[in-house]
Amino acid sequence: MTDSNPTAPSKARGKKRLELDPRLAAYRGVWVFVEIERGQVHPVSWELMGEGRKLADVLQVELGAVILGADGARLGEVAAEAFTYGADRAYLVADPVLADYRNQPYTRALTDLVNRHQPEILLLGATTLGRDLAGSVATTLLTGLTADCTELAIDPDNRGLLATRPTFGGSLLCTIQTLNFRPQMATVRPRVMAMPDAQPGRTGQVTQETLDLAEEDILAKVLAFIPDQNQEKAQLAYADIIVAGGRGMGRAENFQVLWDLAGVIGAEVGGSRPVTHAGWISAERQIGQSGKTVRPRLYIAAGISGAVQHRVGMESSDIILAINNDPNAPIFDFATYGIVGDAMQIVPALTEALRSRLAVRRRAG
Amino acid sequence: MHIVVCIKQVPDSAQIRVHPVTNTIMRQGVPAIINPFDLFAIEEALQLKDRYGARVTVLTMGPPQAEVALRKAVAYGADEMVLLTDRAFAGADTLATSYALAQAIRKLGEEEPVDLVLTGKQTIDGDTAQVGPGIARRLDLQLLTYVSAITDLDPGGKTIEVQRRSEGGVQVIRTRLPALVTVLEGGSTIRFATMPNMFRAERQPVQQWNREQAGIDDVGKIGLKGSPTVVSKIFTPRAGNRRAKMIGAEMGSAGEVASAVLDLLGSEHPRFARELGLAAP
Ligand SMILES: Cc1cc2nc3c(=O)[nH]c(=O)nc-3n(C[C@H](O)[C@H](O)[C@H](O)COP(=O)(O)OP(=O)(O)OC[C@H]3O[C@@H](n4cnc5c(N)ncnc54)[C@H](O)[C@@H]3O)c2cc1C
Ligand SMILES: Nc1ncnc2c1ncn2[C@@H]1O[C@H](COP(=O)(O)O)[C@@H](O)[C@H]1O
Repeated sequence: MTDSNPTAPSKARGKKRLELDPRLAAYRGVWVFVEIERGQVHPVSWELMGEGRKLADVLQVELGAVILGADGARLGEVAAEAFTYGADRAYLVADPVLADYRNQPYTRALTDLVNRHQPEILLLGATTLGRDLAGSVATTLLTGLTADCTELAIDPDNRGLLATRPTFGGSLLCTIQTLNFRPQMATVRPRVMAMPDAQPGRTGQVTQETLDLAEEDILAKVLAFIPDQNQEKAQLAYADIIVAGGRGMGRAENFQVLWDLAGVIGAEVGGSRPVTHAGWISAERQIGQSGKTVRPRLYIAAGISGAVQHRVGMESSDIILAINNDPNAPIFDFATYGIVGDAMQIVPALTEALRSRLAVRRRAG
Repeated sequence: MHIVVCIKQVPDSAQIRVHPVTNTIMRQGVPAIINPFDLFAIEEALQLKDRYGARVTVLTMGPPQAEVALRKAVAYGADEMVLLTDRAFAGADTLATSYALAQAIRKLGEEEPVDLVLTGKQTIDGDTAQVGPGIARRLDLQLLTYVSAITDLDPGGKTIEVQRRSEGGVQVIRTRLPALVTVLEGGSTIRFATMPNMFRAERQPVQQWNREQAGIDDVGKIGLKGSPTVVSKIFTPRAGNRRAKMIGAEMGSAGEVASAVLDLLGSEHPRFARELGLAAP
C-alpha cells in the first residue's frame, strides 16, 4: 500500500506492460490461507476461496488452500471442505508447534511453502491473525502486500493482480499492483466478499509438507486463551438482521428502542462511529471502515447519515431500511427503503407493528 | 530499558474532503495530527517508563513538518526525538517504510540497545497495520500485535508477557525481549501534557536524520524505488446508484408508516418476509 500522495499522477506507474523477471514468471497459481483458530475455520477463508476461484479461472491455474495446524486429522477435514469451496489442491502442514497461532512458526511454515511451490497470488483474511501473518510473510519474502481490499481482479495485459481498496478514510478507492515481485499478496476483511455455495462431492489433491522447527526454537509461549465472554458480539459480522443507530438517536438511553426492535426480530445491534465513541454501545459493535463489515439480509439504520466510512461497512446488505428526519440525508441515496421521520417515533412503531404481526402469525401457525 | 515508539503524522482525515469535480484530495487547511492510534503506543511507553524506568525515544519518518508530532510526544513525557526525513523516502509503501524505520531503530540501538519497539495498531491514512510486523521481521524482534495490555515485563530477565486480541478471545503470550508490540486502542486514557514537559518539548532539539545518517546505503530499498506496490488508479466510489423508495410522513402516523414499510417488505421480498414470519399466513 502506497501512502504517498496517490493523487500525484507522476507516481501512478500503472498500466505499464511489464516484463517479469523469468524467475518470477515461474510463479503460478492462486493460494488462499485457510485460517483455523481453536479448531474453527474462519468463514472469511471460504469467502476468499470463492474469490480465489474466480481469479484462478481467469488465469487458468490451480487454486490452492494452505492449511496449517497441529491435528492432522482435523486438517484433512478442513481440506475436504476447502475442495467443496473451490480449491484444487490443499497444502497441509501438521506439526505440534502449529497448535495455537504464533507468529514465528506460522510465518516460517507459510514462507517455506511459498518458496517451495511459488504461487503468484496469496490471499489472507484481514483478521487479527491474518494481518499479523500477512505483514510478516510479505516482509520475509520482500514482496508487495495490499491490505483490506474490497475488489480483486486480474489485469488482462499482464496477468497481474489488481487490488482495489479504500483510501483516505474511504473517500476514495485506489487500485494497487505489485509489479516485479511475487507472490502478489492481499488481505480482505470478513464479509466483504460473498460466501460461495459449497459444492458437495467436489474433491482435490492433498500435498503434505513438513515443518522443520522445534518447540525449543520458538520463543513465544501461549500461556492461556481467554474466550470472549459475550460471544454474540463476535456474531455481528455474520448476523442476518442488524438494527443500527447513529448520532441521530440523540442519547444513550434512546438506544433502548433499538434493542427492543432487535429483540423482536432476532437482530444484532450495531452503530456508527460517533455512538461507539460516545460509549452508547460497545466498540465491537461499530460498523464501517474502522469497524466491522456486515452484509445482513436486512439492515435497519436509524439516525445514521450514511457517511462513506459507514457506508463501506454495510452497503452490501440485501435490504437497507433507513430512518432519518432529514430528507436529504446521503443514506437515502443507497438505501432500499427510506422513511423520513423521527427515529424515536418510527422505531417503536416498527417494533409494535412487527410484534403484532408476529403474534398473529404465531396464533395462526 | 530503551523503548522506541514509532509515530506517524497524518492529516486529520475527519476533515479531509474530496474535490467534487477534480476528484483530488483537498488538503488545504486540514490539520496534521499524531495518528490517533499512536497516542496509545506513546501512553503505553510512558506507563512502562513510570513503572520500570526507561528511556523513551519517539521516531517518525515524514516531511520536516512531522517534527511537530515528535514535540507533542515529548510534551506528553517522551525523552528523545528522531525525525527521518529525506526526499529519497518519498512514495514509500509499507515494505519500504518498515525498512527505513528498522534501519533507524538499528542505529538507535548502537547508542543503547533497544528492548521494546511500540507502534500503533494502524494508521488512519495508510490503514494497513503492516508497518509494525514489517519492522519486527527486519530486526528479528518478537512480534506481538493487537496488544491490549502488557501484564508483565522484566527488563533484567528480558521477558515480556502480554494479552493480545485474537479472533474470539484474548491470547496470553510470554516471550523474550527485544520485542515489537502493536498497541490496541482504548487500553488506557491518554495523559495530559505537563507544563515542564511542554517547555522541554519546545526547546529540546530534534535529531534529524537523512538517508545516510540513518545508515541506509541502498536507495533501492527505500521510497518509491523500494516499494513493490504501486498505485495504478485512484477513483471515487460509485455514487449512490439506487435512490431509496421513500415512505413519507404523508402515509399518516408512525404506526401507519411502519405498517406500510412492512407491507412493502412483504410484497417485494416475499421469501425473506415469510422466513421472518411477516407474510400473511
Ligand atoms: C478514518 C475514519 C474512519 C471512520 N470510520 C467510521 C466507521 O467505521 N463507522 C462509522 O460509522 N463512521 C466512521 N467514520 C465517521 C464518519 O465519517 C461519520 O462521521 C459517521 O459515520 C457519522 O455517524 P452518524 O451518521 O451516526 O452521525 P451524523 O453524521 O451526525 O448523522 C446523524 C444523522 O441523524 C439524523 N437525525 C438526527 N436526529 C434524528 C432523529 N430524531 N430521527 C432520525 N434521524 C435523525 C440526521 O439527519 C443525520 O443524518 C470514520 C471517519 C474517519 C475519518
Ligand atoms: N512514517 C511512519 N513513521 C513512523 N511510524 C510509522 C510510519 N508509518 C507507520 N508507522 C507506525 O506503524 C503503525 C502501523 O501503520 P500502518 O501500517 O500504516 O497502518 C503506525 O501506527 C505507526 O506506529
